[in-house]
Amino acid sequence: MSVLAPNSVSDRNKSHDAARYRNRVRLRKVQNVVMLGLCGLAAALAIVVLGLVLYFLVLKGIPALNVHLFTRVPNHVVENQGGISQSILGTVTLITTASLFGLPIGILGGIYQVEAKGWFASTVRFLTDVLSGIPSIVIGIFVYAVWVFPISQKFHQSGYSAYAGGFALGIMMVPTVMRTTEEMLRLVPNSLREASLALGATRWRTMLTVVLPSARGGIVTGVMLALARIAGETAPLLFTIFGSEFYSTHHVRLRLLAHHVKFTVPTLNAPVDAIPLRIYNYSQSPIVAQQNIAWAGALILISLILILSIAARFATRSKMLQEK
Amino acid sequence: MVGIMETPPASRKISVPESNDSSLLASAPAKLNVEHVNFYYGKYQALKDVSIAIPQNHVTALIGPSGCGKSTFLRTLNRMNDLIDGARVEGKILIDGEDIYARGVDVVGLRKRAGMVFQKPNPFPMSIYDNIAYGPRIHGVKSRKVLDNIVEKTLNSAALWDEVKDKLKQSAFALSGGQQQRLCIARVLAVEPDIILMDEPCSALDPNSTFRIEELIEELRANFTIIIVTHNMQQAARVSQQTGFFLRGELREVADTTKIFTAPDDSETEAYVSGRFG
Repeated sequence: MSVLAPNSVSDRNKSHDAARYRNRVRLRKVQNVVMLGLCGLAAALAIVVLGLVLYFLVLKGIPALNVHLFTRVPNHVVENQGGISQSILGTVTLITTASLFGLPIGILGGIYQVEAKGWFASTVRFLTDVLSGIPSIVIGIFVYAVWVFPISQKFHQSGYSAYAGGFALGIMMVPTVMRTTEEMLRLVPNSLREASLALGATRWRTMLTVVLPSARGGIVTGVMLALARIAGETAPLLFTIFGSEFYSTHHVRLRLLAHHVKFTVPTLNAPVDAIPLRIYNYSQSPIVAQQNIAWAGALILISLILILSIAARFATRSKMLQEK
Repeated sequence: MVGIMETPPASRKISVPESNDSSLLASAPAKLNVEHVNFYYGKYQALKDVSIAIPQNHVTALIGPSGCGKSTFLRTLNRMNDLIDGARVEGKILIDGEDIYARGVDVVGLRKRAGMVFQKPNPFPMSIYDNIAYGPRIHGVKSRKVLDNIVEKTLNSAALWDEVKDKLKQSAFALSGGQQQRLCIARVLAVEPDIILMDEPCSALDPNSTFRIEELIEELRANFTIIIVTHNMQQAARVSQQTGFFLRGELREVADTTKIFTAPDDSETEAYVSGRFG
């Protein structure tokens, strides 16, 4: 036995307690390290997945990238001489149409939920949550049923159009935009609202000039997330835009300062194409050149979203919210 | 030993500065008359039969322990409580003889007449200039020249002009806490109110900034009627000519400041101002 062996009952108990205490501390430290490690591992895995996606996109997409993709429409005689410019134009058209419809409803609805209390506001909140859980393909079928099919029956023309696609994507935007708008507005301190109201401003004026500008950064982030999401949606488009291999544009003449100016604008009531739809079709193709274009299209889509986010961030950055 | 324990703790007497002259108080006309006001948050009664006359061009301080209703009372005076669900007011509040809770009263006009300064400085996320110009703009002033004049004049009145005249275009958030609070006071002055309601305007400020705000209050009272809610009894003694003591929703006593701090009639007022509770 050790020289330090306890020589009385109480000493023995004391050293026993001390040892138990040391063990417990060691256990807690181990627990701490293990749990922290697990959290770090989970975070790293998330990044690895993102990294792999980007890696494959770049690996497969870059070799297929060329300037024709942006300037030409598909060429089914010599595939790698063709492009997907009509899909890029179509995606931009669809996002714009969807925003014109989805952003006002989402943002004004979000404002309503913050400003109005009562059963209607909470019902709207609950129902938009339900809406955000509806699978996108169901929204596609819905728009087909209420828009595409009736129009084709009534006017004996194609019901597939940028209107229908924009409508479907707009529906998908509303819950995200409404929710983030509401949450960001709630973060604005009440004291700011009170200061404005106490100066005699109306609630709408207060919202417009004080509350919304304070929440602008967060709302823009929410809008960008919503746009990024719908830019990549394929399912709602399957039933609504049909796809197209040429530009759907027409001319508009406007009188500007005594000059007649001719504008070329996308046609909204005709079938259009979209990048995700083109990727979907080409990726199932047996033709290798089309598969390559699908990879390049994916890379273009991601870059488009990235550029859009960065641009919006810069455009809405406010000097007035920063200290010094 | 036992004897010492039984005596009440030494009271901290608050002295009212001699410069704080309230001799004209009795002759000053009442700007605001509050008659038998009851206030309810739903079923909870926050104010019980409060009556007080606020003399023109004087400072009235409202003191009392937390939750006694003094801030609620202040917020009934510009109808800020209207925004709270289930809030209800009974009784009469008259500004220059007009009942502000009468049917058809324009709340916008009322809030223009009775400006409010809040506990924490709350500048808008705009430039210093736009903060001041905000009020005049919502009330229809568009001319740049007029706005420039208002900004300079009110910043001067709030003793802030010299510090900010070269950075009017910068964010108001770049100012210190004390400067922000003076900006908020200037913002209120810009809509030309008659009455300024201050809800613990110095509680978030350091002693030096507090001193400057108190100086400012003294200057402002020549042109405005001021009501200030404060937790700080020394402050009430320094800046006010009339003091009201709130307790559990009742206005226990209101009198000139010297009397409240030296010879109050109410025993609970005496206990409070001598620091025995609260």
